[in-house]
Amino acid sequence: MLVAGIKSRPVYGGLNVDIHARRHLFALEGEGALALLDQLKAVGMDVLKTADILYVASGSKAEDHDRTLAALGADSFWLAPTIPVLLNRFHVMLGQAHMGTCIYVAGTEGFIGQAQQAAMNHGVDPASVHSEHRGSAARRVQCVHCKGITDNVTTSPYTCSACGLSLLVRDHYSRRLGAFQGVCIDAEEPGTAPKPEELFP
Amino acid sequence: MTINTEMKVRVAQIAQVADKVKRFRFERADGQPMPVFSGGAHVIVSMRDGKALRRNPYSLMSSPEDTVGYEISVLRVENSRGGSAFLHEKLKEGDELVLSQPVNLFAHDHRAKKHIMMAGGIGITPFIAMMDQMEREGAAFELHYAVRTRTHGAYWKELQQRYGKHRVKIYCDEEKLFIPVADVLANQPLGTHLYVCGPAGMINGVLGKARELGWPKQNLHSEEFLAPPPGKAFQVRLARANRTIDVAPHQSILEALEANGVEAPYLCRGGACGQCETGVVSCDGELEHNDHFLEPDDKASGKKIMICVSRIKGNAVTLDL
Repeated sequence: MLVAGIKSRPVYGGLNVDIHARRHLFALEGEGALALLDQLKAVGMDVLKTADILYVASGSKAEDHDRTLAALGADSFWLAPTIPVLLNRFHVMLGQAHMGTCIYVAGTEGFIGQAQQAAMNHGVDPASVHSEHRGSAARRVQCVHCKGITDNVTTSPYTCSACGLSLLVRDHYSRRLGAFQGVCIDAEEPGTAPKPEELFP
Repeated sequence: MTINTEMKVRVAQIAQVADKVKRFRFERADGQPMPVFSGGAHVIVSMRDGKALRRNPYSLMSSPEDTVGYEISVLRVENSRGGSAFLHEKLKEGDELVLSQPVNLFAHDHRAKKHIMMAGGIGITPFIAMMDQMEREGAAFELHYAVRTRTHGAYWKELQQRYGKHRVKIYCDEEKLFIPVADVLANQPLGTHLYVCGPAGMINGVLGKARELGWPKQNLHSEEFLAPPPGKAFQVRLARANRTIDVAPHQSILEALEANGVEAPYLCRGGACGQCETGVVSCDGELEHNDHFLEPDDKASGKKIMICVSRIKGNAVTLDL
């Protein structure tokens, strides 16, 4: 069960390297590494001379994408152990960046949302962040009741990791939070929630 | 829908502020306060000039907080269609005029970390109100202002005095000084927005340079009001109203409709806002698109026209009105 057809649902336009940019800042997660590799096939390796790459493997550790990325010879490459650590470094780099730096984000939706949120806090319009969804369809969802955020939600309804309510996942998305919205599904008769369906594998 | 609650105003003051530039202060005839506006907003000034009714957009340049009156500055244009000639030569203090409510198509982006403004000539006017607001908000900004000669340039001395020479930079054509666009745009912090107001050539040049330097289009803003260019006379057929109206060589379609009592929607009257977009049913001739609003493929489709500035080369056009 999913509430779809809501306008705020993000659309990801693809990494599309801007050849006019003076610097290229890539924040990549998991299978998002492949989005960059595909771009390089299209635009050539020159962009790497002015590129900084931040990468976190998340669920794709076994694929060794980090080795492939490290071997590209970008101006800088940095492997983060977890998403929060990557976002910390991303935040510092954004604070030092200048106009003419193009920002690219690829990976799961939850990661893209959090990276866009970081860019927004530096005055960047989310529409100018180049983004591409790769990997799992799992979502980052906020419980609208307790405001607790649950990462990697693959079912609807799901159980809120903070308050334990059964939440229906809606396409209603908050760019400020970088999260979809989950609404209690059995408020009238607690305990009558339908069975979770695996909707975001 | 056109938001059209007009205000009757009296000309409170007329001042010559530079060669060919006059400032006009308007206060409400009924003594009521004017609405607060936001920097970058404009009003449509309706002028009764003999038989002709002229309606032109002008940027507001007074402080947005000043609710006693609005001020505009007008350049006397050589080949004026009549608006600037009327304001400069016929309008007197104490005369009455009609103003529209303020409309803003050129507001600054409040998410920005810094604002850079580039003005050419009379294009300075919206920035005067914007800087007043930015200063109050504590926003970081700088102005780069190109003038032909120091006596043609309006307000540059006052602006340098108020905001300091480090924030207000003047470039004078006569002294062979031009805005060094690439240098200004280099090394600006992430989240900087750029605003350009001036002649079309300047706007295109500056925005083109910014795109070349990797600035995203979301951070680029410009405003230029177009006067409807003259052409040959033609006829407009209104498909729904089943009427035919003549458009004279110096008239826009919108003006011809209004002269014949047809209320068509409009907001900026300068080809910028998109409010007057009208469906074209058929065209015996060629559409001449003069606006900044329609996308190139819309213009090519021949199905839409902005009636405030665009016209046709040919005999007649049938509109969905």
